[in-house]
Amino acid sequence: MRGAKTRMVTEGKGDTLIEARGLSVRLSGRLILDNVDLRVSRGEIVTLVGLNGSGKSTLVRTILGLMTPDSGNVVRAPGLRIGFSPQHIDRDPTLPITVARFLTLGTRAPRSRLQTLLGEIGASAVLDSPLAELSGGELHRVVLARALLRQPDLLVLDEPLAGVDVSSQSELYRLIADVRDRYGYGVLLVSHELHVVMAATDTVVCLNRHVCCTGHPRSVARDPQFVSLFGKHVAETLAVYTHHHDHRHDVAGEPVPVDEAKRSSSVGP
Amino acid sequence: MEDFFIRAMLAGVGIALVAGPLGCFLVWRRQAFFGAALSHSALLGVVLGLLLGINLTVSIFVLCLLLAILLVWLERQRLLASDTLLGILAHSALALGLVALAFIEGIRVDLLSYLFGDVLAVSVEDLIVIYALVIVTITALTLIWRSFLSSTVNEDLAEVEGVPVTRARLVFTLLIAGTIAVGMKIVGILLIISLLIIPAAAARRLSATPEQMAVIAAIIGVLSVVAGLFGSLRWDIPAGPAIVVAATACFITIMAWPRRRTPHLR
Repeated sequence: MRGAKTRMVTEGKGDTLIEARGLSVRLSGRLILDNVDLRVSRGEIVTLVGLNGSGKSTLVRTILGLMTPDSGNVVRAPGLRIGFSPQHIDRDPTLPITVARFLTLGTRAPRSRLQTLLGEIGASAVLDSPLAELSGGELHRVVLARALLRQPDLLVLDEPLAGVDVSSQSELYRLIADVRDRYGYGVLLVSHELHVVMAATDTVVCLNRHVCCTGHPRSVARDPQFVSLFGKHVAETLAVYTHHHDHRHDVAGEPVPVDEAKRSSSVGP
Repeated sequence: MEDFFIRAMLAGVGIALVAGPLGCFLVWRRQAFFGAALSHSALLGVVLGLLLGINLTVSIFVLCLLLAILLVWLERQRLLASDTLLGILAHSALALGLVALAFIEGIRVDLLSYLFGDVLAVSVEDLIVIYALVIVTITALTLIWRSFLSSTVNEDLAEVEGVPVTRARLVFTLLIAGTIAVGMKIVGILLIISLLIIPAAAARRLSATPEQMAVIAAIIGVLSVVAGLFGSLRWDIPAGPAIVVAATACFITIMAWPRRRTPHLR
């Protein structure tokens, strides 16, 4: 791996973009992360799930280099470009700044490109709106646009669906998956909206200070640790959503053919 | 017009020019109280300077910087909310300054001039120092503008995007400390805080971009200085407070002005 490092970013699918090994973080004496390993490869969508206080945000911040781990290390592919969408953007109405200006704070780009990008994300109407006046959902889209504008190797999205109405969640998530398919970005995603996110996730990492289970969504949803953490109901729902969709379950739990189910479902195979 | 009046005018205008843009960042970053707390500690800087026999501007500058660093360190400890820390720091520094002052023999300090300075007693040397500050501050602020604006909007995002966040904040703190140190001796504590905060707040309604707001804040500050000084001449009122009153009048007028377009402020 060491010798290939310099080529990692330009190489094809499957190369490691970022890897955390044995991360432990203490905050005021409390162990927040305990010996956590995590890897994101090019073209891979890794979803980080866990309850509140499980250390998801701390792990993301450590991987991004915003926090220093007490032990362990993070190895990045050289020249790695990261597009980041933080969980909270605190907007002060005393700062007069438009969406267009916000987008170009990190990366300079012509107006036409901003317009196209926002169009793809379904937020083209807000280009000249003051940032402080966006709704929560619009803000998330705009922040995602800023991350995409960087043409990153790795997208790190902390709760990108929070505050987005349910009907737009799967649409937005499909966009993330679509961008991955088109450009081969690696994606590290933190999300509470498990059922929306899991459908197109390659790897799920279930965090509870330590990595309690990891793998393909289907196997994780059956993992006893996952079930005990999220409850049987969530695990079963996920198992349904992550099936190969030869059938679905109707409201009574009876299997129905997928074609019929498609119309009523928001998440396709 | 008398020479001392022209010198006062030039001094006030210089301070207003740097205070406007710097104040915008304080307002955007919700750090108005941070600026005020540092200013309040300036008296302690004066006393320490007298005790150690060093240049007062230097001693105020160094003390402001030390307190800013102490504050950042205390905030990292997360023991108390930062406005509580600022309240403790500001007023204990002020009290310490007054107590230490009592130990110095043969010096009587006029507290009113500490608050409002003596803008009518500005010397030519003071003017040189002020305009050196103006040049340094505006140059440095232009250089860090893009990075500091980005980290003001969101520090994590800026840092991930490779912005030298810590360096920008350090430069900004140096500029604030410098402005307080230079302005304190000449125009006084209250005037410094007022010229940092009031013009920036007043400029908000007139601006569509951050850059506009910085320039308009500087202009409002300059107008306040001019109006305040002429008012002080005309009605024989103290100059420092007159400038603050003029700035506040600007602020109220702008805020009360009826809106013509769709409101941009909530």
